[in-house]
Amino acid sequence: MHIPDGFIDIPTSVAFAGLAATGVAISLKGAKSTLDEKTAPLAGLTATFIFAVQMLNFPVAAGTSGHLLGGALAAVLVGPWAASLALTVVLLMQALLFADGGLTALGLNVFNMSLIGVWVGYLIFTLVKKLLPKNKSSISVAAFLAGLISVPFAAAGFVLQYAIGGTATFSISQVLTAMLGTHFLIGIGEGVITALAVGAVMASRSDLVYGYKGSTQLLETRVK
Amino acid sequence: MKKQSKVIIVGFVLSLFLAGVVSNYASSSPDGLEKVAEDIGFLENAKEHTNSDGLLADYGVKGVENERLSTGAAGVIGVLATAGVSTGLFLVLRRKSGASR
Repeated sequence: MHIPDGFIDIPTSVAFAGLAATGVAISLKGAKSTLDEKTAPLAGLTATFIFAVQMLNFPVAAGTSGHLLGGALAAVLVGPWAASLALTVVLLMQALLFADGGLTALGLNVFNMSLIGVWVGYLIFTLVKKLLPKNKSSISVAAFLAGLISVPFAAAGFVLQYAIGGTATFSISQVLTAMLGTHFLIGIGEGVITALAVGAVMASRSDLVYGYKGSTQLLETRVK
Repeated sequence: MKKQSKVIIVGFVLSLFLAGVVSNYASSSPDGLEKVAEDIGFLENAKEHTNSDGLLADYGVKGVENERLSTGAAGVIGVLATAGVSTGLFLVLRRKSGASR
């Protein structure tokens, strides 16, 4: 999913870098109001874990692999603001240290993975959670669907960028079909990993999970 | 030990293990975007990365001949760097205890 230099022209890359920077600036503000002493270390761990798991490409179809994006996972664990920042740190490390994802493409990649991946994941999670009964297994189901759906949306972000400033002339619909098909398959792996990781944290410290706290807060206030 | 730090420590050690050891078993097939670019025909538009001959380029430590060791060490360095930068950032951003929501 990491876009290299050269796929998208410079003006488009610069425009998306501006959008990405705006998104990161807003996330910095949002994270300030959601992170506290207990959740800040969890947010750091979330970024670290996502970096590690992004190294683990799994096969999805003949000659194709995919890896976790982690946007939905981070959003459920630490909330969308801190999640966007966590993903941005991961992308920065990958681009600066490991030559993974082009430097001029950094804004494109942040837009697709740190913003689209996180927010689509978060919205799907919130929506599914509302529709299901309020219990812990619903959180895992919602996390699975959030992971699954976030990936093709992030892939669609690339197609949007290709449509605006792609350096190649192949038809947009051809790129869209191929990207969505492949990334739906990768999304299944994303959903499984997201549900497992959220489930593991839920099992030991459900009170730290941002996406779970919302549903218990009312009850806790009443008990107090 | 507090239960919270237990979660953090277990998660951190797991991340080190995944990036340092399991990463050697990852699929080396092209990822979704790369495969699409290859199949449709615009993969050749990709330019070489600015840091392509950097010390850690492509998740290997330059000069380390043993491939498993090279990948594993790069993974461990990445985990440490990501943990340091992100945890530092989030600790600076967090609400101070006692401050109201």
